[in-house]
Amino acid sequence: MVENSNTPPSTKPPWHRDPIIRGYIYQTLLIAAVIAFGYFIFNNTLYNMEKRNIKTGFEFLSSEAGFGILFSLIEYDESFSYGRTFVVGLLNTILVSGLGIVFATLLGFIMGIARLSPNWIVAQVAKYYVEIFRNIPLLIQILFWYSIVVKLPSARKSLAVGDWLFLNNRGFYIPAPVFEEGFGIVLGALLVSIIAVYLLTKWAKRQQEATGEQFPTFYVSLGILIFVPGLVFFIAGSPLSWSMPALKGFNFRGGASMIPELMALLIALTVYTGTFIAETVRAGIQAVDHGQSEAAHALGLRQGLTIRLIIMPQALRVIIPPLTSQYLNLTKNSSLATAIGYPDLVAVFAGTTLNQTGQAVEIIGMTMAVYLSLSLTISVFMNWYNKKIALVER
Amino acid sequence: MKFVKMLLATAFTVSISVSAFAGTLDDVKGNGSVKCGVSTGLPGFSAPDASGMWKGLDVDVCRAVAAAVLGDASKVKYVPLTAKERFTALQSGEIDMLSRNTTWTVTRDSSLGLNFAGVNYYDGQGFLVKKELGVKSALELDGASVCIQAGTTTELNLADYFRANKMQYKAITYDTSDQTVKGFEAGRCDVLTSDQSQLYALRIQLKDPGSAMVLPEVISKEPLGPVVRQGDDVWFNIVKWSMFALVIAEEKGVTSQNIDNMKKSTDPGIQRLLGTSGKVGANLQLGADWAYQIVKQVGNYGEAFERNVGMSSPLKIARGLNQLWTKGGIQYAPPMR
Amino acid sequence: MSAADFKPHPDLPPPKFQTGWVKWLRDNLFSSPFNTFLTIVSVYLLYLSLPWVLQWAIFEASWTGTTRAACETADGQPRYGIGACWVFISVRFNQIIYGFYPPELQWRPNVVAILLIGLLTALLLKGVKYKQWIGAFTLIGFPIIAGILIHGGIFGLEVVETDRWGGLMLTLILSWVGIVASLPIGTVLALGRRSQMPIVRTCSIVYIEFWRGVPLITVLFMASVMLPLFLPEGTEFDKLMRCFIGIVLFQSAYMAEVVRGGLQAIPKGQYEAADALGLSYWKKMGLIILPQALKIVIPGIVNTFIALFKDTTLVYIVGLIEMLHILQVAGRDSEWIGFDTEGYVFAAVMFWIFCFFMSHYSQNLEKKLHTGHKR
Repeated sequence: MVENSNTPPSTKPPWHRDPIIRGYIYQTLLIAAVIAFGYFIFNNTLYNMEKRNIKTGFEFLSSEAGFGILFSLIEYDESFSYGRTFVVGLLNTILVSGLGIVFATLLGFIMGIARLSPNWIVAQVAKYYVEIFRNIPLLIQILFWYSIVVKLPSARKSLAVGDWLFLNNRGFYIPAPVFEEGFGIVLGALLVSIIAVYLLTKWAKRQQEATGEQFPTFYVSLGILIFVPGLVFFIAGSPLSWSMPALKGFNFRGGASMIPELMALLIALTVYTGTFIAETVRAGIQAVDHGQSEAAHALGLRQGLTIRLIIMPQALRVIIPPLTSQYLNLTKNSSLATAIGYPDLVAVFAGTTLNQTGQAVEIIGMTMAVYLSLSLTISVFMNWYNKKIALVER
Repeated sequence: MKFVKMLLATAFTVSISVSAFAGTLDDVKGNGSVKCGVSTGLPGFSAPDASGMWKGLDVDVCRAVAAAVLGDASKVKYVPLTAKERFTALQSGEIDMLSRNTTWTVTRDSSLGLNFAGVNYYDGQGFLVKKELGVKSALELDGASVCIQAGTTTELNLADYFRANKMQYKAITYDTSDQTVKGFEAGRCDVLTSDQSQLYALRIQLKDPGSAMVLPEVISKEPLGPVVRQGDDVWFNIVKWSMFALVIAEEKGVTSQNIDNMKKSTDPGIQRLLGTSGKVGANLQLGADWAYQIVKQVGNYGEAFERNVGMSSPLKIARGLNQLWTKGGIQYAPPMR
Repeated sequence: MSAADFKPHPDLPPPKFQTGWVKWLRDNLFSSPFNTFLTIVSVYLLYLSLPWVLQWAIFEASWTGTTRAACETADGQPRYGIGACWVFISVRFNQIIYGFYPPELQWRPNVVAILLIGLLTALLLKGVKYKQWIGAFTLIGFPIIAGILIHGGIFGLEVVETDRWGGLMLTLILSWVGIVASLPIGTVLALGRRSQMPIVRTCSIVYIEFWRGVPLITVLFMASVMLPLFLPEGTEFDKLMRCFIGIVLFQSAYMAEVVRGGLQAIPKGQYEAADALGLSYWKKMGLIILPQALKIVIPGIVNTFIALFKDTTLVYIVGLIEMLHILQVAGRDSEWIGFDTEGYVFAAVMFWIFCFFMSHYSQNLEKKLHTGHKR
């Protein structure tokens, strides 16, 4: 018997072939490389900045800006600080992204559903809309819409609806509410009725699940929402007046307005992102098995109810993840505002402020950090929503 | 860990060793061209023509420096920059000099790490309005919308002017000067504000230049000139004196036409300028004929002015402040001796 | 009566309203009051807009001539603003395609374009052999040849500095280089993101999410003005090179996500089989997983290419003169002021044609490549 003679001496591979040890080595190397690279960049930047006499640090944020900004959601004039310009730009970015997301979602869902419409013309219109606007660079679309918007009539020849609405190449003017003393009570009443409606909806749902009885939630809620605050409003003596836009000198004053830059940017972002959302929606709806809608029809649900109760809840699971990335894209794309002079973060802060102070590293760093946090916030919110509507497996 | 230390140490030494100081002059000679930051298109100051050749008063400063350093005015690499990017481009070393309608201010001298090498155009900020508005003075502009280019001193001057006169305004800030014209043309704003020289240049871009007029008020001092980085005095001197050579040549009546005759001149000033006597060139670390090459290839200041923005150009700007000091203006060069 | 007596009645024609175009109209346009309403509104909107667009773009447009006057007068009558002025485009056409590339050397980009078209056709046609080699050449060999031809500098070719590149040529170069260079980096990042090693994974995730979270504008701006600050003094890149670096940094993150999608689609059995054969990590990936994964993600890569192609319009921010910007520059010529609408429309149409055909190409590929997975 030569039983033991050719047994391998050891099954253990040499240490440099052990995947775990190798893993450690690779990772150590990677960390070392990343640190070395970071140090290399950091060192160079410091050296270069010092040699070129470029100021560093964030003191500039508190010095006076001295330039005007076209449009601001918060109080701002030339005497505010550079730090304030950052906030103004940031708010303007959030404004256009937020409005853009809402409008693009609406347009996208309408067009996505329209592409599957039984009406041939509607389906074709939706199809051509998607094919045309998806394939043209956003920048061209922004410039195009801006060139249209500034071709509106001048302030003195505004398109007007009575004394209320004015549209001209300086913007779109509407009366603005001016809240007077006592309006807080009305707001309070509104808040109370919203809570009431929320509780009512919950109750109605439980009721329906328990007994099958349907309660006309929608009309009752509408009634509560209009009637309660309305009553309080009149009891409090109508504590609200309107500031009307009126032509004074060169421009309209008073009222609320939307500047043409915002209009053009918003139209372009909506139309462009809407195409991608429409495609997403269409794909989502088509991903729902045909049997589902047939079953719903067999149960006697009308087309509208079928879409609302059967198709959409299932389609949304497919739609939400790509929809999230469209929202992120829209937010990032809003930085193209700088091409037409809408004062967003890139135009105001990474533009004028950067040029007046010359501190490129700090300012670009802050700008990138803002976009990263915005992206992160949207991702987190959409992931939460996605979890909420995800299929609950029992 | 030893390895990491070694790696860090290597990276450190590498970054130090390649950071060894190299002067801009050597860089330029090594590259065989001057990298000059210019505007993205401003008629009369810097704009490419149909064949892609850059022309203008600012461009001529770049060409003068190239002629002085490399003996060939065409050896310039033009880097078109927006107002926003210009200083970072200069600070970061992307360009060797900036000649782009840049106003000399104390902030730019001190906190941006820049040096202004002279003034090639004395300017002031003004207003361009449509004639149909019937405005005769800038003081009637309360409540107006103003088109303006982003990242310029004009933005600050405008704010100061309106604040000082207790007037309201809305600034519509565009990236480039041609966007401001388009905005103005379309009626997005009532007023376009910029340096006066630019107003004339921008006005000829309107469909009907006669429909707009420049208001009489000049609300600021705008000395425009070439800029270099701080910390390289050799290069600073070269750019500065290339500018002055243009002016001195005009003072002395030396033009690109008569320069070869002038070489025989007995005027010691001309001799020093053209390098036939003295050691001006060597002291600047340039060839003896540096100023000769400038004037021969670019012309003197007056020639450059007339050709680009003066009466023989479409802009038709009068010399005004930019006349020589001997003729009632304030263009003045220190003596070359 | 027997069965033999039964004579089937010949089929009646369908009711009048259930055949032909009448049925089609009823089914597709007027099936419900709401649909009828939609139809009427759509038709009315088309009636309002279509004739106007056609009139401007085609029937009343000026097509011939070389000067502004050719657009502003017709038969001695002023006709400003009625129709488009395509003369503006034709006069500048060479610049729109090549930028300021010297005319006598334009055969070089032409050769590159013909070569590219040839390679792509070979890849598309059925029955061409050695497709993988042609594909590899398109990705590796071709860019080198193209670079040599377009930039010059060796083999006695005259150097054409990058500041003279522009127009459609530059647009294509930017997107092609962006994709070709970001594919390998993206693949490595995708592998890193799926790696077992926590630090490798974290680094990949941080890299990918960072670049995907910031707008391209800020990336380009950083590449343009901050890159020289990051590097040791004396290191120099020209504007185009810095732009490439910015685009590749940005694009490789997107590419990584596309490739990761492909890696995830490969069934686990493939990984396990490769492990069972005792293949090393790189052999497993290089021989088994990546060839399958990359094949699946080709449509995704084409889509990324389309997105990048559209995004190249942003390089105007750093002063590179691609196709859109050269049309803007042209509109600044005092001879041709006031025709920027034509410029935008032309640029839009050009971009549209490229993107439309590429996206349909990718949809077809998708169908072709997915046959194996469909039930």
